[in-house]
Amino acid sequence: MTAGIYGLLGAALTGLGLYGVLVRTEPLLRILAFNLLGGGVFLVLGAIAQRGAGAGFAADPVPQAIILTGIVVAFAATTIAVALVLRLAARKDGA
Amino acid sequence: MIVDLALVAGILALALGVLAARQAFAAVAFFIAYGLLLALAWARLGLLDVALTEAAIGAGLSGVLLLAAARRLASAPAPEDPPSGRVTRGLIGAGCTILACALGTAVLLLPEPPPGLAAEVAANQAATALGNPVASVLMAFRGLDTLLESAVLVLAVICTVALAPDDGWAGPPGAPQPLADGPLALLARLLPPLGIVVAAHIFWIGVDAPGGKFQAAAILAAMWLLPWMAGLVPAPPVGARALRVTVAAGPALFIAVGLLGAIVTGAFLAWPPGFEKPLILLVEVALTLSIAAALALLVMGPRT
Amino acid sequence: MLPLLAVMLPVLGMVLAPALGARGAERLTLALLPAGFALALGTAAAVQAGGAPLVHHLGHWAPPLGLSLGADGIGTAMLLTSAVVVAGVAVFARAGFGTAPGMPERRTAFVFWPLLLAIWGGLNLAVTARDLFTLYVALELLTFAAVPIVCLDGRRETLSAALRYLLFALLGSVLYLLGVALIYGAAGTLDIGLLAGRLSATPPVLVAAALMTAGLMAKTALLPLHLWLPPAHAGAPAAGSALLSALVVKGSFVILVRLWAGVLPPSPAAMQALAGCGAAAILLGGVAALGQARLKLLVAYSTIAQIGYLVLMFPLLAVPGVAEKAWTGGVLQAVSHALAKSGMFLAVGLMAERLGHDRVADLAGASRIAPRAVLAFGLSALTLMGVPPSGGFAAKWLLLSASIEAGQWWWALVVLAGGLLTGGYAYRVLSTALRAGPVSAVPVPHDSRDTVALGLALLSVLLGMLPLASLGLLQIGRVAP
Repeated sequence: MTAGIYGLLGAALTGLGLYGVLVRTEPLLRILAFNLLGGGVFLVLGAIAQRGAGAGFAADPVPQAIILTGIVVAFAATTIAVALVLRLAARKDGA
Repeated sequence: MIVDLALVAGILALALGVLAARQAFAAVAFFIAYGLLLALAWARLGLLDVALTEAAIGAGLSGVLLLAAARRLASAPAPEDPPSGRVTRGLIGAGCTILACALGTAVLLLPEPPPGLAAEVAANQAATALGNPVASVLMAFRGLDTLLESAVLVLAVICTVALAPDDGWAGPPGAPQPLADGPLALLARLLPPLGIVVAAHIFWIGVDAPGGKFQAAAILAAMWLLPWMAGLVPAPPVGARALRVTVAAGPALFIAVGLLGAIVTGAFLAWPPGFEKPLILLVEVALTLSIAAALALLVMGPRT
Repeated sequence: MLPLLAVMLPVLGMVLAPALGARGAERLTLALLPAGFALALGTAAAVQAGGAPLVHHLGHWAPPLGLSLGADGIGTAMLLTSAVVVAGVAVFARAGFGTAPGMPERRTAFVFWPLLLAIWGGLNLAVTARDLFTLYVALELLTFAAVPIVCLDGRRETLSAALRYLLFALLGSVLYLLGVALIYGAAGTLDIGLLAGRLSATPPVLVAAALMTAGLMAKTALLPLHLWLPPAHAGAPAAGSALLSALVVKGSFVILVRLWAGVLPPSPAAMQALAGCGAAAILLGGVAALGQARLKLLVAYSTIAQIGYLVLMFPLLAVPGVAEKAWTGGVLQAVSHALAKSGMFLAVGLMAERLGHDRVADLAGASRIAPRAVLAFGLSALTLMGVPPSGGFAAKWLLLSASIEAGQWWWALVVLAGGLLTGGYAYRVLSTALRAGPVSAVPVPHDSRDTVALGLALLSVLLGMLPLASLGLLQIGRVAP
């Protein structure tokens, strides 16, 4: 039941985030929308982890580890995107 | 159940706030609150390791990064793409709605009983000498992913250097921080010693309980960033050898130990029997320091 | 173990690069080139001798709990290709990104070598990893390394191109990851070998298939998700464009092949649609290339068209009797395009450098200033057109005859039309470049870079002379959809 609720939340966040990435025009707001999208994807995976609870674990540890790796990789992507946007902004009025 | 529904409603409302905000600052503020509620959602789902990471990286470090970016962009905005027309937006909205519905249906129609690997992990966990099942997955069963993830962070640091201007790229990263006074300065003086102790604790318990190197590294990075943001500690230049070696050392050691396993036991990333725990701890300590340095450099961003 | 080392050596080099500095990283890269080539050759010999894919279980943990990494026919072909292209590009790039002793460290030199190593390691991982999530990490490695290469010069236009590329690529990988999540939920494993035949066409699997296919299409720049490619590939420095066009887009392509040949439940309609996108890419990409005023953009649009050929094999793989032929044609297309396009981008870079511009209309005199580069362009064009005896001819001939034998003659028409369009834009470039230019055009002494461009182009032609029997290697590990 819990898994279903959060899985649906993940699906909704995915749709909202994708809409934001495609429709917003300010680069930073696009990056934020991309992070909403990423959160939705991880929640879907989290719901799957919770469904797989068993053997004394509150959730399946394998998708849990995958989410951890995914969050760090998504953070790296965010920093690269932000650096790119800042450089572009500095370039616009500077040299 | 009611708690879960309230949490879901709150997360959705904050996500809508991020999307509807007219100003970047407001959007980032909504996003940080969203990240904190998401951490609660992870806890409700029973994924405590993820909850800690979400709070530390998803809300904490990302929040600092995005707030600083919003501040820098307020004075010099980045070029915007032309807005899409009403019809295009309608089509995109319809497409995203279809995607969300299809995904929701797919999640609800997943097979019963749920296939998974919890039993396999439980059966093999003892062989990894680690008490936290997630740590067993990260350091043993799926060690390659963890190794590659630490390499991705090094690559991301190289990317931010690549995005610096030609003059002064080897100098201190990020924008110069003015000397702060008031609560931030006080916090920046008091918190780091405490934070380092907390990080060490989270690292240590991560062997057998939720926590571990990434969460500890994120806290360490924050304890470095705080005095930096308060203008108390200047960032070291990117050209400094010590900094560069710190970023590279952990992942390089991880690969070296992996190759050692290949030579001794015939499989890459196999921990030589009898030495599992000391070797894993050695690699994790080195990784924590390297990841903390990389995370801090990534939040500081390229020099402007 | 050999394919594993082929992944780990470049990754280790990339990680060590910051500590070593620009000059150290350059020397380490050059030292790794022969080792990488030897590992790829050794892998090929072992796969050929064993007649079966090599599989290595990391940490002795077998799937589904553990991860495995290995080399089959297509993986081996891509390992060899990446070793050759990376070696050529690295030697070429010393002129622009090298650091002489005593020279101060430059930003571009400090970052170029680790980015090159990351692309090498990322591609080798993408073609050898057997776990769907490890493949996601490989895709991200490739993206993070490729994006900064686009904007190394720091100009506004290239920064914009890099941002657009990053957004497309990140959307692509997140859609792929969503599919990975659903597949784990449906099957409880992410290992490609264990998934074979285990997935049935349930709603979660169908949604996953659609998401992963769309994501990988965006990463491969398959029409209609190709819009990011031309400004990105044309904006990068020549050595970077060569890596992006030859290697980076092939990583996601190989994953797409692995998904539809063995993991996802067969879907003839989806295969027709995929190849339909490929056909549109061949025709529209070719027409767009014909109309370009800039040489680098022309070559970038040519990449969009050549990517179209890669996916023509999908509807043919399920047809008994022709699957083998179509498979060999598709893999040969990936390899020959990698060699030809890296040679062509390097040649175009040399022409632009010596002429001071890359306007197609003003190329007259190029054959006098950069004769070897123009020759390299011409040889690469033979492969892209599919003229015998080039590697591109073998690839396109196999695809063409396979589609006729399968009764899907419409793909054969597209192959022929694509060849004519390629001939058109190649003729446009060469006819101008071979004309006598302004008298002031003094021949520049060629350097090792001309030889590299010519060598890669020549290899793409010689590939077609391999005896067909030696291509049996490519079939090893092929799974019928």
